[in-house]
Amino acid sequence: MIVDVANALVLLCNFVVVPAIAYGSQLALGALGITLVFGVLRFANFSHGDLMALGTMVTILATWQLRRWGVGAGPLPTALLALPFGALVAVVASLAVDRSVFRFYRVRRSGPVVLTVVSVGVMFVMNGVVRFVIGPDDRSFADGARYLMTAGEFKRMTGLDEGLAIRSSQVLTVFVAVASVATLFWFLQRTRMGKSMRAYADNEDLALLSGVDPDRVVLVTWTITAVLATVAGTLYGLDKSFQPFTYLQLLLPMFAAAIVGGIGQPLGAIAGGFLVAFSEVAITYAYKKFLRYLLPEHLHPDGLVQLLSTDYKFSVSFAILVAVLLWRPTGLFRGRVL
Amino acid sequence: MSERARAVGGFAIVAVLLVAVGFGRSWSVSLAVFNLCLISAVMSLGVNIQWGYAGLFNAGVMAFAALGGLAGVLVSRPPVWAAVAAGGGGLLWAAVAACLTLALVRVAFRRLPPGRWRLLGVTAAVVAGFFATRAFFDPAVEAIEAVDPSTSGYLGGLGLPIVLSWAVGGVFAAAVAWVVGRVALGLRSDYLAIATLGISEIVIAVLKNEDWLARGVKNVTGLDRPVPYELDLQQAVWFRDLVAALNAGRLSALDAAERAAALHGLAIEAAGIFVKLCYAGLFAAVLLVVLLLSERALRSPWGRMMRAIRDNEAAAEALGKDVVRRHRQVFVLGSAVVGIAGAMLVTLDGQFTPSAYNPLRFTFLIWVMVIVGGSGNNLGAVLGGFVIWFVWIEAEPAGLWLVGALTSAMAPDDPVRAYLVASAAHMRPILMGTILLLVMRFSPRGMVPETVRR
Repeated sequence: MIVDVANALVLLCNFVVVPAIAYGSQLALGALGITLVFGVLRFANFSHGDLMALGTMVTILATWQLRRWGVGAGPLPTALLALPFGALVAVVASLAVDRSVFRFYRVRRSGPVVLTVVSVGVMFVMNGVVRFVIGPDDRSFADGARYLMTAGEFKRMTGLDEGLAIRSSQVLTVFVAVASVATLFWFLQRTRMGKSMRAYADNEDLALLSGVDPDRVVLVTWTITAVLATVAGTLYGLDKSFQPFTYLQLLLPMFAAAIVGGIGQPLGAIAGGFLVAFSEVAITYAYKKFLRYLLPEHLHPDGLVQLLSTDYKFSVSFAILVAVLLWRPTGLFRGRVL
Repeated sequence: MSERARAVGGFAIVAVLLVAVGFGRSWSVSLAVFNLCLISAVMSLGVNIQWGYAGLFNAGVMAFAALGGLAGVLVSRPPVWAAVAAGGGGLLWAAVAACLTLALVRVAFRRLPPGRWRLLGVTAAVVAGFFATRAFFDPAVEAIEAVDPSTSGYLGGLGLPIVLSWAVGGVFAAAVAWVVGRVALGLRSDYLAIATLGISEIVIAVLKNEDWLARGVKNVTGLDRPVPYELDLQQAVWFRDLVAALNAGRLSALDAAERAAALHGLAIEAAGIFVKLCYAGLFAAVLLVVLLLSERALRSPWGRMMRAIRDNEAAAEALGKDVVRRHRQVFVLGSAVVGIAGAMLVTLDGQFTPSAYNPLRFTFLIWVMVIVGGSGNNLGAVLGGFVIWFVWIEAEPAGLWLVGALTSAMAPDDPVRAYLVASAAHMRPILMGTILLLVMRFSPRGMVPETVRR
C-alpha cells in the first residue's frame, strides 16, 4: 500500500512537479520583464517574446562558435558561457529599438495602445530578423551532462517501480532563475537606482520632481528586461528546444503570469509564472497511471483521465486570465488596475 | 491634397500595378492577386471599425477569420448522416450538460454568499459539470470520428449554397466577439489585446484538434463553389462561342484543324479568367455593401458618438454615453465583418485548412493594412488592404530577384548565396514591420487620413 502511494507520488513528481517547476521558472523570468515594462514604461510589450528569441538566437550562435573553438563548460551546457554574448546583443538591440522607436511616443506621451501597436511592429521586425539569421527550424543546442539522475538510477536507488528523472537543464533552470531573481530584488530594494525605478513606476510626476532621471530609469529597465528575456529564452531552449515560433506563443502565458501576479509587482510575476505553469502541466497531464496506483482494482479508470489535451494548454493561461479579470483585476499581489 | 484626391490617386496606382502584373506575368495571376486584395479590403474594413472608429486593439483577427472559414464548411458540405446517427445524440446531450453546468454555475454565483462558500460552490459546479459533459462528449466524438475517417470522420454540414456561409461566418464571429467583449472590455485597452490574443490561439487549437467539427488538420477540401467550374465552361457551347467571337480576328486567319486546336487553348485560358472574374464580381459586391454601410454608420450620429468616445472617453461618459456598451457593440460589428471576409477567403480557396492560420499573416498584416491605409477612414482601409496585400504577395518574388541580383557575382554553388536565397522569404515580416513603424512614426494618419467632420 505504502509502496503504491510512493509510486504514485514519484510518478506525479516526474511528470508534473519537476517539469512545472522548470517551466514556471522560465515563465517567471519572462513575466518579470513584461511586468517591468508594464510598470515603468506603461504598455503591453508584444515584442517581448521575440526579444527572447533574439537573445537566445545569439546565445546559440555563440555556443556553436565556442564549441568550434573547443571551449566547453564540462558537465554544464556550453550555452551558459555563451549567455553573456546573447544578453549583450539583446540589451543593445532593445536600447536601439527604444531610442529609435519607443522614445518618440514616450516623449509625446502617446496612449498605451499606440505603444502596444508600435511594439507589434517591433515584433514583426525582430521575428523576421531571427528567422532570417537562424531559420524557422528547430535548433537544439544543449550539451554537457544530460541527466543529473536518470529514471533507472532512481529505481535502483529506491526499489520503486516508477523512476524520477531529473534533467540537468531543469536543475540549471531553477538555479539560474533563483540567482537572477535574487539579484533583481537586491537591485530593486537596496540600490539607489532600483529605488528610483520603483519610485518612477509608482508615480511618474512625483519621481521626476524628486530628481529621478527618466532616461536612466528607462535605460536600466530595458537592460534588465533584455537580460531576463535572454536568460529565460535560453533556459527554455535548453529545456525544450529552440524554434522562433514557439517564443511568439510564449507571449500569452507570460502576459497571463504578469497579470495574475499584479501588474508592476515583481513578486507577483514570479508567483504568476508558477501558477500558470503548474495549472498548465497539471491540467494537461493524463492521470490514468497515477489513479491506478491509488485506487482499488475495480475503480481503475479506462480512459486517460486527462482534463484537457496538451493542444489546449493555451486555454489554461486564458482561463486564468479571465478568472483574474472577473474576480480580482488587481491580481494576486494587488498590482495596478489597468 | 483632399481626401478624395489621395484616395483616387492611391487606387489608380494599385490599378496600374495590377495591370502591369497582367501584362508582365499573366492576367490569371493579376486577377488572383486582385481577388485577395478585395477580401483583404473587407477584413481591413472590419478592423478599421474596431480600431479606427473606437480605438480597440483586437489582436485576434485570425480567430474571427477562421470562424468565418468554419462557417464555409458547416454551411456548404453535405451532412454525413452516418456520423450524425453515430454521435449526434451524444453531442446534443453533451451540449445540454454544458448548458446545465453554466446555469448551475450562475445560480451558485448569484445565490451563495460571497467568500469561501461561493468559491467552493462554483468550483464544485464547474468540476461536476465538466465531467458530466465529457461523459457524453467523448464517446460521441469517438463514434463520429470512426465513420470513414480517411474521407469524412466529421458531422458534415448543412449542404446549403456556400454563399450563405458568408453571413453565417459573420454571425459566428460576432457570437465569439460578444463573449470576449463581455469579459475584456471596460478595462484598459491592453487587456482586450491580450484577451483577444488568447482567444485566437484557443479558436485555432479547437479547429485543429476537434476533428468531428471540421476534420481538424486533415482539412476539408473540395468545397462547393458559387461560380462555374473551369472544365464545365470549356465544354459549354455558349462559352466556346463567346471565346471564338472575342478572338474572331486571330482565329479567322487559321484553317479549320488549327482553329479547333487554337480555340481549345484559348478556351482553357479564358475559363480560368472567367471564373476569377466571377469571384471578383461577388467579392466586389460584398466590399461595396460593407463599405457603404460603414461609411453611412461613420457619418451618422452613431459614428460621431463613437469618435467622441474614442477621443475622450471621460467626456463622453460624462455626457451619458455608455462607453463599455458602445465598445462591445463596435467590437462585435467589426468582428462580424472579419468573419464575413474569412468565409469569403475559404470560398475562394475551396478548402479549409486550420493550420494555415498564423498570427503574422491573419492578424498583424491586417493591422498594417488599416494603419497604412488610414485608421478611421473607410476608403483608406480599403486602399490599405489593396496596397499591403499587393506588397505582401509581391515581396517574395521581388526579394528573390533582389537577392539574385545582389549575389549574381558569386559562384552559383556558393553556400552564402544559397543561404541568402533560402532566407529571402523571411524578409516579409521585416518589410511589413518596417512599413508599420515608419507609417506610425512619420504619417500616423495613413495614406488617406481621417477627415474631421463637424
